Amino acid sequence: MADIVLDKVTKSFPDGTTAVHGIDLEIADGEFVILVGPSGCGKSTTLNMIAGLEDITSGELRIGGQRVNDRAPKDRDIAMVFQSYALYPNMTVRENMAFPLKLAKMAKEEIDRKVGEAAKVLELTEHLDRKPANLSGGQRQRVAMGRAIVRSPKAFLMDEPLSNLDAKLRVQMRTQVSRLQKQLGTTTVYVTHDQTEAMTLGDRVVVMRGGHLQQVGDPQTLYDRPVNLFVAGFIGSPSMNFLPATVEENALRCPMGELALDDRLRRLLTAADAPRQLVLGIRPEHFEDAALVDQAGKGFTFTAPVDLVESMGSDKYVYFSVEGGPAVAADLEDLAADAGGADVPHDRANLVTRLSAESRVRGGQEARIWMNVDKIHLFDPSSGRNITLQEEEPAGVAAS
Amino acid sequence: MSVSSTTPATTAEELSEGGRRELPQKRAKAALSEGKRQERRLGWLLCAPAALVMVAVTAYPILYSFWLSLQRYDLKFPSEREFVWFANYATVLSNGYWWTAFGVTLLITVVSVAVELVLGMALALVMHRTLIGRGLVRTSALIPYGIVTVVAAFSWRYAWTPSTGYLANLLSDGAPLTERASALSIIILAEIWKTTPFMALLLMAGLALVPEDLLKAASMDGASAWQRFTRVMLPVMKPAILVALLFRTLDAFRVFDNIYVLTNGANETSSVSMIAYNNLMKGLNLGIGSTMSVLIFLAVAIIAFVFVKLFGTAAPGSSDEGRR
Repeated sequence: MADIVLDKVTKSFPDGTTAVHGIDLEIADGEFVILVGPSGCGKSTTLNMIAGLEDITSGELRIGGQRVNDRAPKDRDIAMVFQSYALYPNMTVRENMAFPLKLAKMAKEEIDRKVGEAAKVLELTEHLDRKPANLSGGQRQRVAMGRAIVRSPKAFLMDEPLSNLDAKLRVQMRTQVSRLQKQLGTTTVYVTHDQTEAMTLGDRVVVMRGGHLQQVGDPQTLYDRPVNLFVAGFIGSPSMNFLPATVEENALRCPMGELALDDRLRRLLTAADAPRQLVLGIRPEHFEDAALVDQAGKGFTFTAPVDLVESMGSDKYVYFSVEGGPAVAADLEDLAADAGGADVPHDRANLVTRLSAESRVRGGQEARIWMNVDKIHLFDPSSGRNITLQEEEPAGVAAS
Repeated sequence: MSVSSTTPATTAEELSEGGRRELPQKRAKAALSEGKRQERRLGWLLCAPAALVMVAVTAYPILYSFWLSLQRYDLKFPSEREFVWFANYATVLSNGYWWTAFGVTLLITVVSVAVELVLGMALALVMHRTLIGRGLVRTSALIPYGIVTVVAAFSWRYAWTPSTGYLANLLSDGAPLTERASALSIIILAEIWKTTPFMALLLMAGLALVPEDLLKAASMDGASAWQRFTRVMLPVMKPAILVALLFRTLDAFRVFDNIYVLTNGANETSSVSMIAYNNLMKGLNLGIGSTMSVLIFLAVAIIAFVFVKLFGTAAPGSSDEGRR
């Protein structure tokens, strides 16, 4: 076991593209760190550099305090789990798991013991003599995990290990991975594009975009205090609502109406030297059916026609479309592109709210909705910076 | 749901799965629904043109030469034509020339295929890994395969001709094509030069089947480059290697043009194809010549059988599970 330190690690390809721009990251011994971001953000390249499968163009990588930039993968004592599982098709489950130990010239009894133990932990004992082709997806995934843990390496690297499983199995395996990591206490770097996986698994989450770190922090910090529009929009499902907002004399004009500027917001706006045009961000759970709120006076209440109600049992997702058009910012376009198909721009903004199950809001009718003004985030549309975070000390590390 | 033309009886039979399984095979066949039978008939009809062409161009010549091989039939003495059963086979199989040629053929086959496999694999790896000028490397590697064998054989013959050939002058002062050992070596060399690219091409297709992740995983697991090659690449490529070996072995066993041009079979360098040709075309002995052709056909069939049944060579593209 060991800590992993990335010191200004950069990766450029011969064709001139730079996939990773000098990232700094310290992963403590035994920590479970998730690299998350849309495809092409450099997360897999970063992982491959830690593994030694890609050369590091510049910067330094230290594992357990030792510089390993020039060491071959096999000399780094790291195990990796691949998205495709990469099981050797000609070998049985037992041989697959024993392969790294055999290469390390371990004694046969020792190999048998370790493989037996790992198989027991992963419930693979009865499948040890089968070939990968005869296993289900979940079993193959477990064999890949088994091959990694038998070696007791310094660290585990996992490259989207659950993406090839169906949704239900993925949730199940997620808890298993988490439990296994806690049990073994091995430093783990886990790459995923799925923000739910990132939020539920990691001690710390690293959000990446375009080869840069966006924010590093524990899942709750990322959720509550995103440093910029991109992180705010990427983390959370359904994602944060973004609306255009204009700063007026004593109010903030947004599609739902005029929000009074309280002292806190006014101070933040002055401190940040904010432009007049802003992007207002608010999460779906910070809305409520006004009829169910006791102190409606503390927030902001507005009336809007309901588009659609999705009842989830525990709560209701209620969709509105409000006058005034969607918010415009470069970061938001990136997010929309990642979510698949940029939204067709029109003159109305969509609003997703999460209301209590008791709410009697019905589709096609007008509804009175309460919004928690304390929870709004204001972003600078040109830089994407979260202005509402200015006053307090910055959450996590914000990179350029 | 069921096809309208299906009789109620068959429908009931098909529905009770358990009952149907116990039925003897013949009953089950008889119970085929009308729709299935029509489908089968259509299948045969669609195959028929191809099957007819196959019969015309392969089955007929094979059967005809088998028919000829059972007769004493020498065009120089047409009046002595006579049905002799397997006497021709006894004649050929007890003849020293045949067995010498057989030995020569085996030698050429084994040595050339073995060398081609090693060289072809090396070439395939180079072509697979090359990043710069990939197209140029591949094209230039394939040039020998693109040259007509007879033309290439002539250029080899000139090269080895004493006093005028550049290779003959370089390496020896004798006439290498007139001595058995050196002549055979030159024939094998010409074979290897000519068909290694083909081998490389087949193996490269196999290399493309090895997932990149598998090699990455192996290097993470601590395998050296050689271990990755022998323990991961070769086993995954095995089907492609066997197909390449099968093709090349069958091809090499029928070696003819290089020998014909280089030595014309002098100094006991004839292959079985050579002596079959000599008997059939030059000697005009249709009986003996056909017997030799049939024997070659049998040898080739045995080689194919060994590869398919013993080594489990599957046709390219068919999965292991697909083989029954």
